[in-house]
Amino acid sequence: MPLILDHVCQIYNADTETPVKALDDVNLVIPEGQFIGVIGHTGSGKSTLIQHMNGLILPTSGSVYFNGRDITDKDFDKKELRKHVGLVFQYPEHQLFETDVFEDVCFGPKNMGMSKKETELAAFEALRKVSFPEDLYYASVFELSGGQKRRAAIAGVLAMKPDFLILDEPTAGLDPVGRCEILDMVSELHRSAGITIILVSHSMEDVAMYVERVIVMDKGRVAYDDVPREVFSHSEELEQMGLAIPEPAKITRELLKRGFDVDPGVLTSSEAADSIYKALTKNR
Amino acid sequence: MIRDITIGQYYQTKSVIHRLDPRVKLLGTLLFIIALFTYNNPVGYIIGIIFLCTVIKLSHVPFKFITKGLKGIILILCFTVLINLFLTPGTPIIAFWKITITYEGLAVAFSMILRLTMLIMGSSIVTLTTTPNNLTDGLEKGMGFMKIFRVPVGDVAMMMSIALRFIPILLEETDRIMKAQLARGADFESGNIVKKAKALVPVLVPLFVSAFRRAGDLAMAMEARCYRGGDGRTKMKPLVYKKRDAIAYIILFTFVIVSIWLGRWSVITDFFRSIYMNLFGCPL
Amino acid sequence: MSMDIVKTDNLVFEYIRRDDEGNPVDVTTALDHVNIDVKQGEFVGILGHNGSGKSTFAKHLNAILYPTDGTVIVNGMNTTDDDKLWDVRSSAGMVFQNPDNQIIGQVVEEDVGFGPENLGVPTKEIWSRVEESLRAVGMLEYRLKSPSRLSGGQKQRVSIAGVLAMHPKCIILDEPTAMLDPSGRKEVVRAIRGLNDVEKMTVILITHYMDEVVHADRIFVMDKGKVVMQGTPKEIFSDVPALKALRLDVPGPTRIAWELKQKGIPLPDGILTCEELVREIEKCR
Repeated sequence: MPLILDHVCQIYNADTETPVKALDDVNLVIPEGQFIGVIGHTGSGKSTLIQHMNGLILPTSGSVYFNGRDITDKDFDKKELRKHVGLVFQYPEHQLFETDVFEDVCFGPKNMGMSKKETELAAFEALRKVSFPEDLYYASVFELSGGQKRRAAIAGVLAMKPDFLILDEPTAGLDPVGRCEILDMVSELHRSAGITIILVSHSMEDVAMYVERVIVMDKGRVAYDDVPREVFSHSEELEQMGLAIPEPAKITRELLKRGFDVDPGVLTSSEAADSIYKALTKNR
Repeated sequence: MIRDITIGQYYQTKSVIHRLDPRVKLLGTLLFIIALFTYNNPVGYIIGIIFLCTVIKLSHVPFKFITKGLKGIILILCFTVLINLFLTPGTPIIAFWKITITYEGLAVAFSMILRLTMLIMGSSIVTLTTTPNNLTDGLEKGMGFMKIFRVPVGDVAMMMSIALRFIPILLEETDRIMKAQLARGADFESGNIVKKAKALVPVLVPLFVSAFRRAGDLAMAMEARCYRGGDGRTKMKPLVYKKRDAIAYIILFTFVIVSIWLGRWSVITDFFRSIYMNLFGCPL
Repeated sequence: MSMDIVKTDNLVFEYIRRDDEGNPVDVTTALDHVNIDVKQGEFVGILGHNGSGKSTFAKHLNAILYPTDGTVIVNGMNTTDDDKLWDVRSSAGMVFQNPDNQIIGQVVEEDVGFGPENLGVPTKEIWSRVEESLRAVGMLEYRLKSPSRLSGGQKQRVSIAGVLAMHPKCIILDEPTAMLDPSGRKEVVRAIRGLNDVEKMTVILITHYMDEVVHADRIFVMDKGKVVMQGTPKEIFSDVPALKALRLDVPGPTRIAWELKQKGIPLPDGILTCEELVREIEKCR
């Protein structure tokens, strides 16, 4: 059951002199099982976009279909939608409110009407999936480190057992290792649990290594929607949108211009090193 | 809902009233309100209304904007009217069951409506034409005499301006947390009042936590920038009276004196009574 | 010229957790014999992952925290000297992480004026200081805007201007870019470099983004409350394995250069920027 956005527009302050077109005719099909990256400059509409996917914002015009049903229908059960499409906001640790981690993770499944036993089982499973340290399950939220809080918050959404998991800047404010750990964890969720992942980021480098499809948002429109290699080949256009292409790709591009036989579509520094090494040794 | 409250909102435009010193406007409102409550004949109200309308006209704030502020007090207004209408003793007009409406009641109710609407409109004008900053500056300077009574006027003014600065930030934050909890299946709409209040816990707890964190951060930032209370501070924009402020004071005092003098029914009736006495030699 | 603006001597700071009766239950050593000195006009980077003690260190320079042991000297004054508290704070200006939680004014220029107002600077001079500070960070045209209408990067530049207006001897920036997007980061880093290059301001930049300090004069790397590496960017970044072991990310070009070197390409140590790398690779052709 794919998620379909059909000619979705969102206009804020429509009745004032300064209407803001946050989304402008967005058409997307998100089939199950994909790992998608959504990138865009601040204000490009990416946050607005993802909130349409689980009915937190309804389109001004156009439709969002989930499971073949229009989510704007009056009798459509939004709670049911939110169970299937989990959304983890930016700095999700700011939403923690219960006395201990475990209780907080239980909040979602409890709201979904699961029985006590199901709820606790789901919470355990979710905490395990985000590799939250076991000895801290019943710790107070205030005793946790930044990275641990974030894991707990992600578990809180995961415990509802969503089929789609949307994460808005899950690595914001973390240090490099913390960033890698979270991204690896998300990638593992996709691989082992088969959850469809939509990763929102303004950092190309985060996204490049993991995703199979990149959606680039610019001024409320979908600027590109393709595999990472293809998207990053539009480096000049991306830079105009305020997005920097990953540094490895920037370097190989520069070398290509200077006559080296390197691959301009590399995504990681190891790939870049390999490609440059090949070019250098071939010339010899 | 929150948007309907015009008190405390600023309407940006250029006008004489906008340029006036906030102290003039604050004292003006105070005197206006005092005057309102001394009137006991239509003449006073008529002068008051003319004065208010002139000020509104001069302020270039659309009339619609000012009446918006009245929406919030409709309930209070109705309540006072009903109380006064039914509970004022005097000559009955209509009497049925246990309820009597008297001439006096009608008069009191009518004057209460006038007073309250004029009061709200009058004070809205001040906030609509004065930036919050200017307003706190005015209060600080105008209340300066309170320092004798060891009231830390400067600190209180600083607190007010910080509160005003953080209101939009906290509103935004509330919105974000509500959405995050909605995404976890929270339900803020269904159920009775108790259930609705309970549903707010997951919003209020994180909101308080965040407000405290912000307060801590801000206190640290202020200390780092050498804030040590109101004493010994200089002002970037000190309040200085201009010629127009002097003129405004003169107009203001004239209005207050004249309207109170004419607005007291007894003053006028006594006047006519004495003429009648002199002309015809017997009381009216 | 070579006067030390900041000098710490065996600085130790311990967080003591107490139980309900006030008895100490747990002691965490956040700073462990830290010796850092910063000379006038220098650009010093302090690197470390979250929890390495770098923010705790920053708070000592502004007398927000006091050392458990050792001394902190700022502009010749001991931070524990109560009489000098406000002199210390006005000579070591601080910019914090969260742009929303350090802007006090409701208009950009009024926020920048806040520091000088506290210092009792005469009105006329406040105006000139505000103008020059906003100009230094390229925010002069936004002087009448409300801070809430600005982007994160712009807010941080306003915060920097707010500190500049106090005419400090040095500016300490505690992870000023951690909450910004890439373009916001770039504009803030550019503003910071400008301060150091043009205004000759002493800058201490605390961050976990390596690429922000490649232009620094010296770098200190902190881990578990200790200074574990120090030197020029070239020296620091040539030891890629050591940085990785410290949970730090190495700038992209440096990483690629290092990997190429492992493969046997003769590249020099400590390549920091894309341009440098491209140039060196061309030499290998």
